[in-house]
Amino acid sequence: MSEKIPVTVLTGYLGAGKTTLLNRILSEPHGRKYAVIVNEFGEIGIDNELVVGADEEAFEMNNGCICCTVRGDLIRIIETLMKRKGRFDAIIVETTGLADPAPVAQTFFVDQDVGAKARLDAVVTVADAKWLSARLKDAPEAKNQIAFADVILLNKTDLVSPAELQAVEARIRGINPYATLHKTQNCAIALDQVLDRGAFELDRILEIEPDFLKGGHHHHHHAHDHDCGPGCAHESHHHEHDHGHEHSPAPIHDAEITSVAFEHKGEMDPDKFMPWINDLVQNEGPNILRSKGILAFKKEPKRFVFQGVHMILDGDLQRDWKAGEARTSKIVFIGRKLDKAALRAGFMGCAA
Amino acid sequence: MRRVTGTVLNKPQSLVERVTSLHFDAHVLLSGFFGGEPFFVLADGGIQIGRSKPALRPHKDGILIAKSDQSRILTGGDDGRVFETRADGTPTLIAEQKGQWINALALGPDGATAWSAGKAAFMRDGKGSIKTLPLLSSCQGLVFAPKGFRLGIAHVDGASLWFPNLAAEPEKLLWKGAHIDIAWSPDGRFVVTSMQENQLHGWRLTDKGHMRMSGYPGKIRSFSWSHDGLWFATSGAEAAIIWPFAKDGPMGKAPRECGVRPAKVTQVAFHPKALVLAIGYEDGWVMLVRLTDNAELLVRAGGDGAAISALGWSDDGKALAFGAESGASGLLDLPV
Repeated sequence: MSEKIPVTVLTGYLGAGKTTLLNRILSEPHGRKYAVIVNEFGEIGIDNELVVGADEEAFEMNNGCICCTVRGDLIRIIETLMKRKGRFDAIIVETTGLADPAPVAQTFFVDQDVGAKARLDAVVTVADAKWLSARLKDAPEAKNQIAFADVILLNKTDLVSPAELQAVEARIRGINPYATLHKTQNCAIALDQVLDRGAFELDRILEIEPDFLKGGHHHHHHAHDHDCGPGCAHESHHHEHDHGHEHSPAPIHDAEITSVAFEHKGEMDPDKFMPWINDLVQNEGPNILRSKGILAFKKEPKRFVFQGVHMILDGDLQRDWKAGEARTSKIVFIGRKLDKAALRAGFMGCAA
Repeated sequence: MRRVTGTVLNKPQSLVERVTSLHFDAHVLLSGFFGGEPFFVLADGGIQIGRSKPALRPHKDGILIAKSDQSRILTGGDDGRVFETRADGTPTLIAEQKGQWINALALGPDGATAWSAGKAAFMRDGKGSIKTLPLLSSCQGLVFAPKGFRLGIAHVDGASLWFPNLAAEPEKLLWKGAHIDIAWSPDGRFVVTSMQENQLHGWRLTDKGHMRMSGYPGKIRSFSWSHDGLWFATSGAEAAIIWPFAKDGPMGKAPRECGVRPAKVTQVAFHPKALVLAIGYEDGWVMLVRLTDNAELLVRAGGDGAAISALGWSDDGKALAFGAESGASGLLDLPV
């Protein structure tokens, strides 16, 4: 069976820099060809025959066990694109500023034909450092886009002061501590930080740690001996400040969207956990934006890894627990109106 | 009358020897015949009529969708154009929808054609006059009524039946959900759509009575009416599911299941004169099944394993053209 085509979902408000990023992806000489599905034609500066216009048509699908919203136009476009799949290596779906990323993501899990041929790679959100805080106040969509992201480009850092940047970063962290956050100007970032992330691949879920606590994952490419401001002449900066440095701001909690994480330093009973998590997402699905877990099941030598979008769960046994690796069970939820106490009690109640 | 006394065979009889294999470099969208000449329509934009002529390429690039009748092939490209190509190879530009993909096509009586792009359906009569119907959603399925000048349009939440030459609003058949393909029974009494949720929905037009045909493990993207209009064969399961449409339609009746195999059916095509169904599968197998006794005849045991994406009979029923997603194709020549 041939490999599935990876699909990157690119979201963010108009003007945040999605187009800049897209144009870079389409013009840089990395040797890969991308099919791009966009909502607004004419924004892409490169003459690329693989740009397709989409109408962003979402509808509710109910196939008995799952009831959720999917993007009908994407199903049609991807099915059609796949009839000439030799022409491209990957697909990028750009959503409009007001879009909820959930229907896009759900489409890849719920439509069998699309799911057989394509796989969701990551949700990448481009945020405008100058305007995001205001958007978070007046637009629920902006929060969704941050909450859903696997990668966040906090762009236009040249347009805000260091203090303002810290505040925006704190707001983002308050909504989504787990996404990989990059601070950029003109979306200048190595493309391998944005593409080919495997964020939905269970095999690549190595740990669930808030991004700013991950030490040693990102490395400096050069010493920072000054603050970069507008007009900075460096090329391809990698501003990777998110590794436990002292200037990483404390998250500012959001009134609406929160994330909760629990750890049971031991094993879970799958006969209790599976019904619990399934019931939970069935009942609370609309409020649970994303979920993720790495669990040690009793009598099971392999780690059980799962990730979810609303009521859709994808889980499987992954690799063996290594010798000396603590068999511990962790779970994370990002969502609205999360009842932390109830979730903790439910989770801990599944302990082996 | 001769009584048939043979038993249903466990191992299908084979017509494999009577197949000529062909190969194209692109996904085969449509296959069929003009008289004795086979044709294949490819996703890379090639329209191959006959065995020796070079492929026609009226579109700028690829073809997204294709339909045919006895004398013409209608294609919609990613160039936003709709071309009608006749048996002699002459292409006629029917429409150009700038910047849009063509999402649905249909061929009608007296040279009529219909297509859909964006959120609209278009109909062009044989003389070239075009009428437009704006829609609330995009449309992936169009079908002309078996009689009269009328178009069935599948869309979100149901289907619309449009008389383009009348000022009146189209008749709406409502059912919540996304309706993809659409079919109209040859006697004009029923309209059936395939839905996103792995099921068919239908309406009996006299009273708009609903019919639901569910239980499929996959989406139904290929269907075919028998020559007598009494059977409706469908893909989407590990057998061809054939619904009886005699008398009051399929409500309350169980469908026939023919060609049961451990692989999903991707294409179905009824023989033009007999109750024999050609079935193409997701693993490249092709079989013929006779409805009377479920007798099976093997046409192709998988080939390169790519899913069958096109299946079409010649008008006299003596030949079958098939094609797969890989471009592998073949012509079956039936013993007379």
